[in-house]
Amino acid sequence: MSNDHDTPQITKTFHQEKFPWQGIFGYILSLVLTAFSLWFGLAHAAQYGVILYVIMGLAIMQIFVQMFMFMHVTETDEGFPWQSLGLVSGLVFVAAIVIMSIWIMTFGAGVS
Amino acid sequence: MPPSHLSHWGLLITGDPLIYGADASIALASIAIVYVLTKYKKWKWLWDEWLTTVDHKKIGIMYLIAAILMLFRAGTDAELMRTQLALPNLHFLGPEHYDQIFTTHGTVMLLFMAMPFIFALMNIAVPLQIGARDVAFPYLNAISFWLFFFAAMLINISFVIGGSPDAGWTSYAPLAGSTFDPGPGENFYLMSLEITGIGSIGTGINFLATILKMRAPGMSLMKMPLFSWSIVATSILILYAFPALTVVLALLLIDRVAGAHFFTITAGGNPMMYINMFWIWGHPEVYILILPAFGVFSEIVSTFSRKTIFGYKSMVFSLLLISLISYFVWAHHFFTMGADASVNSFFAIASMLVGIPTGVKIFNWLFTMFRGRIRMKMPMLWTIAFIPCFTMGGMTGVMLAAAPADYQYHNSYFLIAHFHQVLIGGTLFGMLAAMYYWWPKVFGFLLDERWAKWAFWMFNIGFYVCFEPQYVLGLMGMQRRMYTYPSGLGWTDLNFISTIGAFIMGLGFIFLVWDIIYSIRHGERDLTGDPWDGRTLEWSLPSPAPHYNFAVIPHVTQLDQWWELKQQGRQDELRPKASDIRPIHMPKNSGKPFLFGLAFFVVGVGFVFEWYAVAVIGFLGVGALLLARSFEAHPDYHIPVDEVVHTETALGRL
Repeated sequence: MSNDHDTPQITKTFHQEKFPWQGIFGYILSLVLTAFSLWFGLAHAAQYGVILYVIMGLAIMQIFVQMFMFMHVTETDEGFPWQSLGLVSGLVFVAAIVIMSIWIMTFGAGVS
Repeated sequence: MPPSHLSHWGLLITGDPLIYGADASIALASIAIVYVLTKYKKWKWLWDEWLTTVDHKKIGIMYLIAAILMLFRAGTDAELMRTQLALPNLHFLGPEHYDQIFTTHGTVMLLFMAMPFIFALMNIAVPLQIGARDVAFPYLNAISFWLFFFAAMLINISFVIGGSPDAGWTSYAPLAGSTFDPGPGENFYLMSLEITGIGSIGTGINFLATILKMRAPGMSLMKMPLFSWSIVATSILILYAFPALTVVLALLLIDRVAGAHFFTITAGGNPMMYINMFWIWGHPEVYILILPAFGVFSEIVSTFSRKTIFGYKSMVFSLLLISLISYFVWAHHFFTMGADASVNSFFAIASMLVGIPTGVKIFNWLFTMFRGRIRMKMPMLWTIAFIPCFTMGGMTGVMLAAAPADYQYHNSYFLIAHFHQVLIGGTLFGMLAAMYYWWPKVFGFLLDERWAKWAFWMFNIGFYVCFEPQYVLGLMGMQRRMYTYPSGLGWTDLNFISTIGAFIMGLGFIFLVWDIIYSIRHGERDLTGDPWDGRTLEWSLPSPAPHYNFAVIPHVTQLDQWWELKQQGRQDELRPKASDIRPIHMPKNSGKPFLFGLAFFVVGVGFVFEWYAVAVIGFLGVGALLLARSFEAHPDYHIPVDEVVHTETALGRL
């Protein structure tokens, strides 16, 4: 719902195609990436360390697929890229959670 | 009971008199509801006015009712536990039953009482405070509510069907894994939290978008009321914290129902990873619960001291700082895991740092009251009660944050007393203060002060009698989750006192509910829309506000706009003029959010009992509703000018 009668319809400010090719392509790509990483892990297709890095690589690719295909990361609204705020804070928190989880979960490895 | 031995009837026949009592009361209540609705022909009214509504004010009321009901449900759990612990060696509750009761007490209080109470306030106050006609996504708002509602149903039926979860509200692996905890109980916990978690994420998105994008013209972020600011901080926390919970519960569910080993150490998994991920959500969650209360106190202190809040900018800054720091403290919940000294030191210091912005806020409230003309109305009374109570809770929190000392306090009653003091003294006092504060705005009448004072004093006295002895019990070695204890340890007196306190709090709750019932008939009617001589935009509207809120969107030039206009005798500027009224763009009601919640309930039941056909049916329902919504061409309409003029004239505003 738009807030006021005289603000423009919100849909017009978004980039729109006649047929959502980008969305469908991204959807298929994300399914393929998920299925491949699942198979790669379940089938023990390589050594443990290799599997770990391949899956992490696929996960990062997945992030880019989501951001560019679905999350309007290249668009701006009234000249201000609101989503970049969320993106930057998201990156900070994700990095903090991942790095600090590894730090915490290596237990006493740091001292012994 | 392992699931393979469950017959359909075995789910219902337990042999426990408490459960048969619950069966009977649920059946009677259901029959009574159906009878009343049918007799007074209210089914259509229920569907049209409530079940299909997308109006934030009505959704707020439904959250509020749910929160009070759940406060009763989980409060009853608390009374049962305190009864069991009143004296040594009691067998009022058996150990299994006691486990179930402390699990549902914690889960329901946090996820199904405190969270909906906060969502109630967000829905009731935020759009009115920022001069908006609804939230950014009203349909999503209704979905969030119904997901919460059906998740609450799911966790509540566990008591009578299949057995309650019993691994604690934290549901730690490996205890909560299928090896040590077979049967549907834990699945109830996992599915209901998953479902309500989706709803909470929706609410976080919704209110962040609403506040960032839908403020009235002229209301820059630094002219925004502090309650709305606290909801910005809360929404950010929800957005980044809840996905961690969703993921960790999904992993545990996969372990339980599909035989995976994410948290099974013998198969290469790591149970400590569950605890790590749980608290990545869990710690921000407690700030999700406290920040809205901070916002509420800021509004109330300012209103009832008739002064602008002291240090507005530092209030905003400290809110954001608390939400940032809260992501870097989670390991303090498991100092005793034995991570190396650098980890524990980092998280200990980060935890202590939270005390600084919180202290800033406490002092700002005190300075706001200083030399103010304070009116001791109910909202202010709860605020005054909050300050010493929460400060004590915060100080014991800093004690717990000292990692070496925590090895002594960990999981003892010292911890129990601490978190009840911050959660009751902070969150619940805040929610109750807010309930008395915004009640007239929502319902059009005030809650009676006399009964409210009984509730206030009973609850406060009961609180200290109940929880202060528990600090001492903790230091004397009493651990949490013990279902009984031997005599001769010197714990008996303190436990007995604590139980007395719990029952005094129970009395307080009864007075609170009685106050509401009494005031429906006898409460003072709010005819001005501004019973507290308020400061923010919601008090410029009639009580209750018309469903489009503002006939004409106000223009804002300063903080506390309504108060400043009143000081200058310019209130009429916030009255609509007939010439300014345009057709108002509003969302249509929809039954789909309700059905969406119902479909998720079916999914939940399917996973709980591992009846996958049922789960598939539920998912098909979810998919069908998503599709149906996607092809809906006109989810909105315009209220014609005539109707707005008519409504405003009837309210005496034109």
